[in-house]
Amino acid sequence: MASAPKTFDENFLSRLDAIIARYPRSRSAIMPMLHLVQAREGYVTAEGIEVIAQKLDLTTAEVNAVASFYTQYRRTPAGEYHVGVCTNTLCAIMGGDAIFSGLKDHLGIENNERTADGKVSLEHIECNAACDYAPVVMVNWEFFDNQTVESAKTLVDDLRAGKKPAPTRGPNSVPTFKEASEVLAGFNDGRANEGIQAGDPTLLGLKIAKGERK
Amino acid sequence: MSKLTPVLSAHWDEPDSFTLAGYQRHGGYNAMKKALDMDADAVIALVKDSGLRGRGGAGFPTGNKWGFIPQGDNKDHYLVVNADESEPGTCKDTPLLMANPHVLVEGVIIASYAIRAKHAFIYIRGEVTHVTRRLLQAIEDAYKAGFLGKNILGKGFDLELTLHIGAGAYICGEETALLDSLEGFRGQPRLRPPFPAIAGLYARPTVVNNVESIASVPAIIEKGAEWFTSLGTEKSKGFTLYSLSGHVNNPGQFEAPLGITLRELLELSGGVRSGHRLKFWTPGGSSTPIFTDAHLDTPLDYESVSAAGSMLGTKALQIFDETTCVLRAVLRWTEFYKHESCGKCTPCREGTWWLVQILRDLENGKGTEADLAKLLDICDNLLGRSFCALGDGAASPIMSSIKYFRGEYIAHLTNGGCPFDPVAATLFASSKAGA
Ligand code: FES
Repeated sequence: MASAPKTFDENFLSRLDAIIARYPRSRSAIMPMLHLVQAREGYVTAEGIEVIAQKLDLTTAEVNAVASFYTQYRRTPAGEYHVGVCTNTLCAIMGGDAIFSGLKDHLGIENNERTADGKVSLEHIECNAACDYAPVVMVNWEFFDNQTVESAKTLVDDLRAGKKPAPTRGPNSVPTFKEASEVLAGFNDGRANEGIQAGDPTLLGLKIAKGERK
Repeated sequence: MSKLTPVLSAHWDEPDSFTLAGYQRHGGYNAMKKALDMDADAVIALVKDSGLRGRGGAGFPTGNKWGFIPQGDNKDHYLVVNADESEPGTCKDTPLLMANPHVLVEGVIIASYAIRAKHAFIYIRGEVTHVTRRLLQAIEDAYKAGFLGKNILGKGFDLELTLHIGAGAYICGEETALLDSLEGFRGQPRLRPPFPAIAGLYARPTVVNNVESIASVPAIIEKGAEWFTSLGTEKSKGFTLYSLSGHVNNPGQFEAPLGITLRELLELSGGVRSGHRLKFWTPGGSSTPIFTDAHLDTPLDYESVSAAGSMLGTKALQIFDETTCVLRAVLRWTEFYKHESCGKCTPCREGTWWLVQILRDLENGKGTEADLAKLLDICDNLLGRSFCALGDGAASPIMSSIKYFRGEYIAHLTNGGCPFDPVAATLFASSKAGA
């Protein structure tokens, strides 16, 4: 087997091995490995594909075929903060369409583009399992609930200014795209205890049952 | 007396509900201890007796699924939990796991013990970072407490639990596509038979269950099958999570016995958006045929919803009031199915593409009435004829909306475009009077 591309250090390579060790068969490691490549590179690079292929004894074509199937694996660099606006039916109607077009105007970019400063990339996304918090905006796949056009504009302004706002339901400050990708590769960043356990809609039925709400 | 029955959600209002200490404060992991003292077959029998049915959409009896795993076959068995919650409108597993990941871990241990699996997987969608964190932490803590790993509680049972994180593909919610994805391939559905119970993950006997199904198991073990069957209806036993979203004054999660109606849920929660009225709704996500205000009293259980022409699905009640254009809603769902079609079979790959083209024309007032017949014709070629249920899901909103709102489709043609004002439907347009 050829040696790994020189851009990758020992620590990175050993993390790839740690991922492989989670599974009875090595090929299952391909998805978290792709997330880890994004954690390092900000997207799926050719070198990343190559190192995975070597580790798993696959061809680069086989790894590419998997990477291209899943929308979260990017062909171009994400912004430091990847902003997803839910425009599936329910959020779209509740205001997601207006938020998405408002953000495109405000940032001067189109779907799947990135601001010139590299800070923010924008994408319209599908239902993110938060419909009771519609309209929903995700930043690096953290929940920013119940958005308006104005609140979403303020949010991206804060992100570009480096303010690291707190998600509605998430850690105390939003992680970068690379930091979030590391979690998605299955590496615990130790921030599980941050943030609330549930928002108001999650608790609504319980509170009514307990007589705490009419 | 409220009709609500919080069980899974009973302690979600405690700030540390997601921690091991928070879970154990209310008897967490006691069901595991009880189950590990039982014979594995007795655990399967108890879950069968409870009548618990799959909460992910299909409604297949959970205990029967477990019973299909051949025993004494000297093969590895696997449990795979489907946490790839992506069906539009569906938002129950995600808040459940954020508030209490340990109940799933405990359910996984019990289910794995029952089916004699030594390795279990939770396949979670990749777009929920904080839920992923909480699950990673819960699994770590369960290992530390000796609830996972070798010789659990000294009972001679070994179990590894791996969290597998997806990367954005709706089709992976289909159980065989999920297995292909977990094996490291493109997530495309497999031909059945063989069913996963015979040849699932790595061609080994495998049970695939939804999060809520597995999370319901600890309470059933603790309180017994009789307690569970005392709730719900004749054939739809127990309690479940209903998710109310859209044009309502107070959206949210409601845990209630199967068979509650939308009217009752709306009365409890504060009703449709003030000053507006119900127009249409989905009983169980976008893949289930839509209902109208004529279905307010349909009991939301598996049988009654089917009898009324839809499916209970994921119990994702998406509410739309009279400001909503049904064609706009349906087009957006159809664009979703087109985007998510895996491309494996022709009816779905080509059909969803054509459906979008025709619906777009209609929305712009450009089609003719004959296009409605064409839509229905394509849907007929999708429904039951595509490789997996994604095709059925794509056909459902179109067929049901033409059935109930044919006139509104025609109005786009006579009006030369959409007669609705999209601003009126937004949340910012409403004065949240009931909130
Ligand atoms: S439709 Fe936006 S989160 Fe479900």
